[in-house]
Amino acid sequence: MAMMPVSTTTGPGAPPEVAPAPGPARRGARPALSRILRAVRSNRKATVGTALLVIFILLALFPGVIAHDNPSAEIYQRSLGPSGAHLLGTTALGQDIFAQAIWGTRQVLIIAIGVGLFSTAIAVVIGVAAAYLGGWWDGGLSLLTDVLLVIPLFPLLIVIATYVQNAGTLVLVVVLTLTGWSYTARQLRAQALSLRNRDFLEAARVRGERRFYIIMVEIIPTMTSLLVASFLTNALYAVLFGSSLQFIGLGDPNSNSWGTMLYWAENNEALQTGQYLWTIVPGVLILLLGASFALINYAFDEIGNPALRPVRRKTRVKRAS
Amino acid sequence: MSSVPAEASRAADRAAAANAAMLEVRDLTVTYALERGTVTAVDRVSLDVEPREFVGIVGESGCGKSTLLFAIANLLGGPAAITGGSVLFKGRSLVGLTDSQLAAVRWKDLSVVMQSAMNALNPVMSIGAQFKDAMRAHGTTSRQEIADRSAEVLKMVGIDPAHLKSYPHQLSGGMRQRSMIAMAMLFTPDLIIMDEPTSALDVVAQRSLMAQIKDLQEQFGFAVVFVTHDMSLVSHYSDRLMVMYAGQVAELGRTRDVFDDPLHPYSAGLLEAFPSIRGPKVRLTGIPGSPPDLSREYESCRFAPRCPQVMERCKTTPPDLYQVEGRLVRCLLHEDGRNSAVAEGAAAPAAEDVRSEP
Amino acid sequence: MTEQAAASPGPITADAAAPLLRTDRLSKHFKIGNALSRKTLHAVDEVSLTIGERQIVALAGESGSGKSTIARLLARIYTPTGGEIYFQGTPLSHMRSRGDRLRYSSDAPMVFQDPFASINPVFRISHGVLRALKLHRPELSPDERYAEARRVFEVVGLTPADQALQRYPHELSGGQRQRVGFAQALAMRPKLIIADEPVSMLDVSIRIGLLNLMAQLRDEQGVSILYITHDIASARYVADRLIVMYAGQIAEAGPVEEVLGNPRHPYTQLLVSAVPDPRAEPHIGAETDRGEPPKVIDPTPGCRFRWRCPLAIDICQTVTPELAQLAPDHDAACHVAQSGAEVRAFS
Repeated sequence: MAMMPVSTTTGPGAPPEVAPAPGPARRGARPALSRILRAVRSNRKATVGTALLVIFILLALFPGVIAHDNPSAEIYQRSLGPSGAHLLGTTALGQDIFAQAIWGTRQVLIIAIGVGLFSTAIAVVIGVAAAYLGGWWDGGLSLLTDVLLVIPLFPLLIVIATYVQNAGTLVLVVVLTLTGWSYTARQLRAQALSLRNRDFLEAARVRGERRFYIIMVEIIPTMTSLLVASFLTNALYAVLFGSSLQFIGLGDPNSNSWGTMLYWAENNEALQTGQYLWTIVPGVLILLLGASFALINYAFDEIGNPALRPVRRKTRVKRAS
Repeated sequence: MSSVPAEASRAADRAAAANAAMLEVRDLTVTYALERGTVTAVDRVSLDVEPREFVGIVGESGCGKSTLLFAIANLLGGPAAITGGSVLFKGRSLVGLTDSQLAAVRWKDLSVVMQSAMNALNPVMSIGAQFKDAMRAHGTTSRQEIADRSAEVLKMVGIDPAHLKSYPHQLSGGMRQRSMIAMAMLFTPDLIIMDEPTSALDVVAQRSLMAQIKDLQEQFGFAVVFVTHDMSLVSHYSDRLMVMYAGQVAELGRTRDVFDDPLHPYSAGLLEAFPSIRGPKVRLTGIPGSPPDLSREYESCRFAPRCPQVMERCKTTPPDLYQVEGRLVRCLLHEDGRNSAVAEGAAAPAAEDVRSEP
Repeated sequence: MTEQAAASPGPITADAAAPLLRTDRLSKHFKIGNALSRKTLHAVDEVSLTIGERQIVALAGESGSGKSTIARLLARIYTPTGGEIYFQGTPLSHMRSRGDRLRYSSDAPMVFQDPFASINPVFRISHGVLRALKLHRPELSPDERYAEARRVFEVVGLTPADQALQRYPHELSGGQRQRVGFAQALAMRPKLIIADEPVSMLDVSIRIGLLNLMAQLRDEQGVSILYITHDIASARYVADRLIVMYAGQIAEAGPVEEVLGNPRHPYTQLLVSAVPDPRAEPHIGAETDRGEPPKVIDPTPGCRFRWRCPLAIDICQTVTPELAQLAPDHDAACHVAQSGAEVRAFS
């Protein structure tokens, strides 16, 4: 732990002086941001994962820059192979696969980030409240969490999505959020339980803070690394399960997304008829996006917990001459 | 301190020498390779431990005493490694041995007592099972022998052998520490290293544990290296005392000498920081400030920013270890080897004054 | 004698002649064990102590003696199982409204033991002080709050205060963090600071600085301090009065020099003899007590020290001794001492 060196002694018995900080005093987010950037650059997994994610985000924000064709327009010749005009060929319905893949990024990312944020928000409030309030609160909230956790996920999703029919983006986000928060809620509860008896929380209580304030302001901010991990876990879950729902036809077939590409490809027997790219391209994209979330998640673990980092000794052991 | 010749001839020298020091640490340097830089936790520390000797190593957090201990016992891991100097135990270097060669030495000739028994003892095994583990690992297989020896060592430390069946959490703190010591004594080693074994105990249990250790030492004749931050505790039991500061040896000498007349201002300050329970009540000052950052090099005395007797030279010249009346002190006040009691006050360069004394 | 300062301004119901804090047969029991074997742990039993104004009272004992439990009872983290706590004459059980509780927590704040766990690592160290000011002195404007935070930082020696306030906890040393703890307490203009082993986790050379700070707070700010510790040498250094606890009960109480110079209870004598003193002549006593303080679970009547006491007599086995005055302002709970005999148990 780097301690601030004492600037001067003013004789024995003088109280310790707090030395001035190196450089201007920074406020708020800026030191955190520079720390994160440094961590990302130094950790290989984080670099790869973040680079992938950034590419996908750019594609989602500015799809027209790369793919000039309209993804839904069924105007091209059908089932073409890759060529200069159509980088990845066309579908059996006459759509440009490359355009579909690029434009489809937007919906997938919206679902991933939306579900990530909302499930984490629900999970943290329920998990931390259960841990900190204890007693009946813990019993009730944990029961709710456990029941949702125990119900088999995919059948539940299918039931709900079938009931709703032609689930668009919003419905998918809601459905995935409501079924997905329970997993990370348990983890957050466990961590909050371990934090519950930390002295600084007792100090806040003794200071007279209300319980709600302690949960929101004193506990949750110290759990940021686990919150980020929860977000990434939930986003990954949303990518995979959302695409799966769309693949089996429960999404909106007219929407533009990788999962619906897979649905239409399957419907038109793409693999059997040799139109491999139609299936492989969305599959690979789902894999890459999922991998980027997973890589960043692993890297965060290593960054947050130095014990997990690979040890690279810069100096060799020297014998005394 | 001069450099060490090749190991082979060294061992031969040792075999020829009559009174070989049990443990010879020469210019030992240990560094941690961290992201923010290399931290030199132990900087050229030398120490000899004779058979049957009780040596205390005293210092505060960050001084490197625990790292030194781990280096001697060859328990360094991860980013820490010995990057200079040597450790010779009974003439053989422990650094560079394979695990199986080390295993022959460990516990038979050299054993270690850790700081917190709750951390060092396996919480899901009974004490007896852990003793059995240790003995089996070192070649004892006969069940009778194991049972007999386990009961014997427990009795040595004053615990009823019935507790062989107990789990660590069922024992009180003092008894746990004692069973750690019993485990360390299973093969009556020649040297036992102890890292703050009493710090988790209350004052009464502490005293009885220290008395027990001293008693066992006199009975069985092993040497002890005892690391602690509590100088007053070790004062009654150790033969020699080493005071460490910022990874270096500040003072090393016979315990009584260091206590009655501490030469290094840090040792003096440390002694002063213990309020007395008898005698007149005086206002003490402690040592304000913090230890220096060990990831940097220093062209000055490391204690200078906090030293009440600092001179101008101290900020520009790193002091060596100087010999003063059989003691070693790393302080410019004693550069010429005389006990310069005149150095009360800051500015006068001590060397000239002392030379003028008869 | 317990110092009785002139009546200080406080709640209207305060009894002007009452000591700052007084407990009357305070007890705290915990239920342990599972449904099959319900046992009761007697952490604190029938403790009656007094703290006056501008006083540092040391509460000393080994682990399991109940001293930390008393701190938490006084800070209202625990509620008593029996007995009562009076603050300036008003019983704590009468302070039920949020306003009352807030007022009490600003009159008697707590400083915690672990400098590395008692400050929230996510915020700057100004966070706790500013929150305390916001909660307890709402009449201050934000600028006034900041000025006050600067003032208390200067009082505890964290200078220059403006820069210190911007620091994060990991940039400070252990001793500096403990000073932040005292600053947070001071910001509430307390009458009594409950300090739970504030220096035990600090390096020895830093402790003296904190102890001197406590004395300075008593002298210059007029604050009383309940100093909980297991180190009687530091208790002697800083405290005016000393209360020795054993197994949840008070063994001995009185002015610190009197209790340490002339200990009447055998346990106090044992403690005093066990403290290593580097300046004293080294002596290794042949008879070293090996016992440790008991966990008091479902206790029977009788003196809880009797198993370790070389002077135990018949009555010690059956009747729990009560605190009684043995000399002016010097109480001890020991049958042998109370019978008038000279107690010389451990040398």
